[in-house]
Amino acid sequence: MTVLIDDTGFLIADPTRWIDPEARIDLASDTDPAQLKSLLIGKELVRIAFPSFADGRGFTLARIIRQQGYKGWLRAQGHVIADQYAMARRSGFDDVEIDDDLAARQPENQWLARADWRAHDYQSRMRGLAA
Amino acid sequence: MYRYTDFDAAFVAERNTQFRAQVERRIDGSLTEDEFKPLRLMNGLYLQLHAYMLRVAIPYGTLNSAQMRQLAYIAERWDKGYGHFTTRQNIQFNWPTLRDVPDMLDALAEVQMHAIQTSGNTIRNVTADHFAGAAADEIADPRPVAELIRQWSTDHPEFQFLPRKFKIAVTGSPNDRAVTKAHDIGLRMVRNEAGEPGFEVIVGGGLGRTPMIGKIVRDFLPESDLLPYLEAVVSVWNLLGRRDNKYKSRIKITVHEHGIDDIRARVEERFALLRSAFTGVDQQLYAQIKSDFEPPAFNNRDVAPFDQAYANDPVFRSWADTNLSAHRAPGHAIAQISLKAHGATPGDASADQMRVMADLAERYGHDELRISHEQNVVLPHVHKADLPAIHAALKAVDLATANIGKISDIIACPGMDYCALATARSIPIAQEIATRFDQLKLEHEVGDLKIKISGCINACGHHHVGHIGILGLDRAGVENYQITLGGDHTENAAVGQRTGPGFSADEIVPAIERIVDTYLSERDSADEPFIDTFRRVGMTPFKTALYGESEKKQKAA
Repeated sequence: MTVLIDDTGFLIADPTRWIDPEARIDLASDTDPAQLKSLLIGKELVRIAFPSFADGRGFTLARIIRQQGYKGWLRAQGHVIADQYAMARRSGFDDVEIDDDLAARQPENQWLARADWRAHDYQSRMRGLAA
Repeated sequence: MYRYTDFDAAFVAERNTQFRAQVERRIDGSLTEDEFKPLRLMNGLYLQLHAYMLRVAIPYGTLNSAQMRQLAYIAERWDKGYGHFTTRQNIQFNWPTLRDVPDMLDALAEVQMHAIQTSGNTIRNVTADHFAGAAADEIADPRPVAELIRQWSTDHPEFQFLPRKFKIAVTGSPNDRAVTKAHDIGLRMVRNEAGEPGFEVIVGGGLGRTPMIGKIVRDFLPESDLLPYLEAVVSVWNLLGRRDNKYKSRIKITVHEHGIDDIRARVEERFALLRSAFTGVDQQLYAQIKSDFEPPAFNNRDVAPFDQAYANDPVFRSWADTNLSAHRAPGHAIAQISLKAHGATPGDASADQMRVMADLAERYGHDELRISHEQNVVLPHVHKADLPAIHAALKAVDLATANIGKISDIIACPGMDYCALATARSIPIAQEIATRFDQLKLEHEVGDLKIKISGCINACGHHHVGHIGILGLDRAGVENYQITLGGDHTENAAVGQRTGPGFSADEIVPAIERIVDTYLSERDSADEPFIDTFRRVGMTPFKTALYGESEKKQKAA
C-alpha cells in the first residue's frame, strides 16, 4: 500500500479519487519531453514516477508540464524522501505518493517539517512571486 | 563585496537547521546511508580516505578579513589547524567529525559563508576571474553575475538531483583567468555591435577522464536573458544527460553524443517556453547586487617607498617582479600570495597564516582577499607604497615565496594522501619538483611554466591544461606518472598531448628536468615561454629527451 502526502501531512482519503480512470496517466521518469503535450490531452491526474530519489528528472518534467499550461493534478510517485518534499511542491507537484515502508521510516512529522515550502525559496524571489 | 540580505541570512540559517536534523535522522535510521549521502554532499560534506572532509564555498573566490579569520578559527577549533584552498575557489577542512559539522556550518553562517552545493550532483559554487574588479584588462566585473547565478542555483528545486555535477565559470576579461572553456558552462562577458552587454555562452567543456574544450552554444546572449537561458541548458541536460554511466553523464558527453547543433535547438526551444517565467525582477536584483561591488576609493599617494625597496632589496624586487600584476588604478597593484612555498603542500595555509593575510587585507587591501583557481591568495587592491611592509609581514610567516606562474607554482590535487578516488600521490610529487628546481636555482631562468598534477583520471589537478601535465595512475600496484605537454588553461585553451609511456615515482622528477632542459636549449630567446617553444618545435625533441633516440627509431621503423 501507499501513503499520500500534502502540506497537511499524511492523507486519509485520496483527493483525486473522483477522477475517471481514463483521465489518469502514469509517466516514467525517462518520458520524452517532446511527447508531453500529446500525452496529457484530456488528462486530469498525472503521476510521474521516481524510481529512485536520486533520479531528478521528475522535477523537470513537472516544471515543463506546468509551463505548458497543464492545470490538473500532478503527483510524484515512488521513492521521494521527505527532504525532497519542498522541491516537489516548488516544481509544480500537488502531492507525493510513497510506499508504506518509507512512510514508516520517515513518519509524518518529517514531512510536515518541510511543508512550509514557500518560505526561503530563491526561485520565487528571482521570479517576483510572493513568498 | 556582496553582503547577505535578510533573505540570504534566513535561508542559510534554515538550511543549517535542516542539515542538523538530517545528521540526527541518519543516526536514528530515518535516512539510509544511500539517502543521506547526496544530502550531506549538497551541504559540502565528503567521506574521504581517512575522515570526513568539509568543502566550504568561497563564492567567486572573494572573501573579507573577518571571513578569513573565521576560517582560521574553524581550522583550529574543529580541524588540525590548517585548511586547503582548492582549484574551484573553495577551502577544504580535512579532519572534521560528523557531529561537529552542523556547528562548523553555523560558525560559517556567522560571517555570511556556507558549504551549500560545493559537492553532489548539483550546480556547484560558481567561479570567476580572481582579478575581478581590479585587473587592468577587464571589460566588466564578473562577480555580480556570479552572485546572481549563486542565488538562482541555490536550492533550485529542479536541479538538486542532476545526472552529475555542473560547474559554471564567468570571466569579464578577454584574458581568461577562469578557465571558462573547461566548464560545463563558461560565460564570457562581451558587448555586441550596438555596445549592449551580454554573454558568449560556452557549453560542454570539462576535464576528467574525457577532456573536452567547450563549444559556443550562443555567441551573444543579452544580459537580461541569462537566468532563463541557463535554466534551459540545465533543464535540457537534466532530462537528456545519461544516468546509466556516471563517466558519461556530464554535459560534455551529452554535447558530444548529440552534437552542438542539436543541443542548441533543444535549448532554444526550452528557453522560449520558460523565458516568460522571469518577469525582470531578477534584473532588479542584479542591479542591487551590482551596487555591492562598487570599487573601493583608491588614493593617490607617492610610490617612492616601493621604488626605494625595489632598488635596494633584491628579495623584494624578485617578489615584486614575480607576484604582482597590473591594477587598473594608478599607483596600485594586484599582489599574489603564494601558497606554494618550496616543499610545502600546494594550497595549504595554517590558521596563523590565514590571520596574517586577513590582517594585511584589512590594513592595506580595502578588506578584500581572493582565492585563485591556481590555489593562491590574492590581495586585489594594494597601493604600491604599502608593498614593502606587506612583503615583510608575509616573509615572517613563510608566505613570501616569489614563484607565481613559475615551475614551482604547481596545481596539485590532494591525491592519495587524502582522497578515496586517487590512484597515486600528487602532493609529494609537487613538493619534490618544487624543491628540486629551487636547488637548481633555475626557476626564474625558466620563467612562466605551469605544471599541474592529478592523482587520478578525474583530473582535479587540471593536468590536461597544464603546460606540463602529470597524471598519476596505478599500474599493478605501482604508481606510474604519465606526462602531457602543450596544455593551455587560458582563452587559447588546449588539451595537452601525451609524451608516451609513464614514469615511476622515482623517475618523474628527473623526467621533468629533462623536459625543462630541452626547453632551455630549444627556445629562441629567454623571452620565448615554454608553451610558445612547444608550439613552435612540437613534441619530437621532448620525446627524444625523455625516451632517447632508440625509441624514436623503433617508432619510425
